[in-house]
Amino acid sequence: MTIHQMPADDTKPAYNYAYLDEQTKRMIRRALLKAVAVPGYQVPFGSREMPLARGWGTGGIQITAAIIGPADTLKVIDQGADDTTNAVSIRKFFERTADARTCEATDEATIIQTRHRIPEAPLKPGQVMVYQVPMPEPLRRLEPREAETRKMHAWAEYGLMQVKLYEDIARYGEITKTYDYPVKVNGRYVMAPSPIPKFDNPKMHMSPSLQLFGAGREKRIYALPPYTSVRSLDFEDHPFRIQSWKQPCGLCGAADSYLDEVVIDDQGGRMFVCSDSHYCETRRAEGHRGAMLGDAAASGLVEETTP
Amino acid sequence: MPAETMIAPGFADPVFQSQAAFRALLAALSEPGTLQSVAAEIAPPEGLATATATALLTLADYETPVWLPEALRSGPAGAWLRFHCAAALVGTPAEAAFAVIDGLADEPKLSTFNLGTDQFPDRSTTVIVQVPGLEGGPALTLAGPGILGSCNIAPQGLRPGFTDELRENGALYPLGVDVLLAHGESLIGLPRSTQVEEAR
Amino acid sequence: MYVAVKGGEAAILATHDLVAEARRGNPAVPEISVAQIREQQALACARVMNEGSLYDQDLAALALKQAQGDVIEAAFLMRAYRTTLPRFGSSEPLDTAAMAIRRRVSATYKDLPGGQVLGPTYDYTHRLFDFALMDEGGEAAPRKAAAPLDATMPRVPDILGAEGLMEAEEPPEGDPRPFDLTRDPVSFPADRDVRLQSMARGDEGFLLGLGYSVQRGFGGTHPFVGEVRVGEVAVEFVPEELGFAIDLGDITLTECQMVNQFQGSKDVPPQFTRGYGLVFGHSERKAMSMSLVDRALKARDFGEATNYPAQQDEFVLYHADNVEAAGFVEHLKLPHYVDFQGELELIRRIRREREERLAQEQEAMPEAAE
Repeated sequence: MTIHQMPADDTKPAYNYAYLDEQTKRMIRRALLKAVAVPGYQVPFGSREMPLARGWGTGGIQITAAIIGPADTLKVIDQGADDTTNAVSIRKFFERTADARTCEATDEATIIQTRHRIPEAPLKPGQVMVYQVPMPEPLRRLEPREAETRKMHAWAEYGLMQVKLYEDIARYGEITKTYDYPVKVNGRYVMAPSPIPKFDNPKMHMSPSLQLFGAGREKRIYALPPYTSVRSLDFEDHPFRIQSWKQPCGLCGAADSYLDEVVIDDQGGRMFVCSDSHYCETRRAEGHRGAMLGDAAASGLVEETTP
Repeated sequence: MPAETMIAPGFADPVFQSQAAFRALLAALSEPGTLQSVAAEIAPPEGLATATATALLTLADYETPVWLPEALRSGPAGAWLRFHCAAALVGTPAEAAFAVIDGLADEPKLSTFNLGTDQFPDRSTTVIVQVPGLEGGPALTLAGPGILGSCNIAPQGLRPGFTDELRENGALYPLGVDVLLAHGESLIGLPRSTQVEEAR
Repeated sequence: MYVAVKGGEAAILATHDLVAEARRGNPAVPEISVAQIREQQALACARVMNEGSLYDQDLAALALKQAQGDVIEAAFLMRAYRTTLPRFGSSEPLDTAAMAIRRRVSATYKDLPGGQVLGPTYDYTHRLFDFALMDEGGEAAPRKAAAPLDATMPRVPDILGAEGLMEAEEPPEGDPRPFDLTRDPVSFPADRDVRLQSMARGDEGFLLGLGYSVQRGFGGTHPFVGEVRVGEVAVEFVPEELGFAIDLGDITLTECQMVNQFQGSKDVPPQFTRGYGLVFGHSERKAMSMSLVDRALKARDFGEATNYPAQQDEFVLYHADNVEAAGFVEHLKLPHYVDFQGELELIRRIRREREERLAQEQEAMPEAAE
């Protein structure tokens, strides 16, 4: 990093704004512009060593560092929640290095960095989603060699993926991919949506927000401009379908959200709660009550406050 | 020092001015057809619009060869670009990562720039086309990623046949150059993914 | 009303205090100093410098202290710091023939100019505990040689090269600045500069295993140690404004040149081929492993089959980086409950549907069920 010099009266060296040096930001920014011009294509970039471990969000962090400015409000989630360890750590990183204004409310954020979820509240034009991506190559499990998968993308040769999905159907009666479910972007590139549950795939299609994907260890950046076609791969006789639950959220009663399972005792007791913590809180504040709110207090998930 | 040998200043605050300009560029190429303002307070060298100069300050450096028309390359714009961006100025369009062309000049054609390769379509040139106005010209209809349905733009001062060049460029998708139309402080992005037709 | 319990932030801060306490250990035992680690754990420091891609013995020692001796964690600290350092340029190529030799052995010649210099090594020790080291021991006092070593010693491949028996090694056309994989993304097939850089910072254990696999037949070379040398080499740099080289100081290096057989071809008479290893500090095992794998990775250049892992550049380069590998392996500790819930939902449903189907089949065929 180049040292960002403070004005003359205070020449104490400090880390550059948002950690990355300006040359690195330019390199990432150039990659981002090519990524939006070719939706779903993985642009190689000179991913830097970061002070957080590879696999812990360094791709998303580098993208956020390259786009964030004083006008932004940043929300960071992991598994849909704002207070998971990875989310807390990354939020702290930007508060420290970019003096970032942060929030938990989805509709207040201009940048949402995420691992494994898309918020339940609809995204808005002008918002930017930044996804942390562990394995950007949707074909990697079928063909481990980069030299080969690059050719498959170049020639739009995706027969191998179709075969794999059809093998699932032959064996289990359905496609058994439940997360990181492959999509076809703008009718051209097959893309890994990152390990979001397939429940979230439909939210990508024609989203009004810009979606950016960063894989730090694998050194790839890709993007979906707003209003871009994102189709989950399927077959006419086996159409794509998303997860559903028999019961609504135990805390807020939502029937339209992705649920996490919480084991509440060793007698097989289970509670299902929204994975999007802010969505759940917002609903409870509006007066929605799930059937197990009282039990949740007993198991330490929530606490009762006197207003 | 004589005025013509002085190099105009670049960004006063590179970190934040380039961040703001980048967000405008990102919006331009992810929402084609929208008018984006770079609004950077710089005095561009002769021959470069504020938006062009700001885009190059934001994106170009020693890793990105830049193509300029001969008159600009050997004038203050070339010296300015070398000084502020340390960018190599190249004479062959196909070698350029970034290029600046005049909308009315006959040459070079878009197809002479780097179109990328089928395995690395990201290696194509980004071409900044300087025009005398981004509104009030003949209408073009745009469709594609970043556009809900379709939208119209009406840039002025594009050479005859330029729409055909854009259409041919789009037909190469996912190869092709990405275009930014620039005038004053404003930009309109026309990435290769955008389909361009003369409006009826 | 009920609000979510948010303990995440406080719990994370508490882990920082706990690890600091664990690092210090029993406070009744004196704290180790960075200088002690630098001087007395120099081989560990060398490994941290190699895998951290930064030559700085003090920082390597600090990294080991801060990481409680965890070498990969220490290398990670070095790399995260290295990436923030401004770059002034590239040094001149190092001249290892002019190395101030501490140790130099050749397995291919009984004697050669400069001679065999055994130097400091565990090679000829018996691995028996020296229980005297349990207490603070005395100082060693090696005897001085009667005559100083030669100032320059020819490298064994150069000796073979003079006879035309060694594969010539020419810089690529135009002698461009070597690729830097810490700044630019790698693509495949990777050129030799990329491969050597990747291995120089790669995991010693991974390269050792790969090099060993080549010896055992997973890759067909029969190597000889042409030479291993350890010592100090001057680093020179030409500042743009001066236009001539200035001496930045000496660094300790280990260089290994492995001599391998090669059949030759219709156009090329039979000659030996080389595998090369160059690493920071005294790190013979790393340099030797690297030179074995370097030769194996040349298989494609020589038109040999590339059937084994050590011969496949993509396999070696993507998996040699222990900081990346550790990050990805250990990220499995992060919450994955959203994805796991998707799997739970699927497996329960498939099992339920299967049971329903079996029940229906049994109803349809009551006799057959008997």
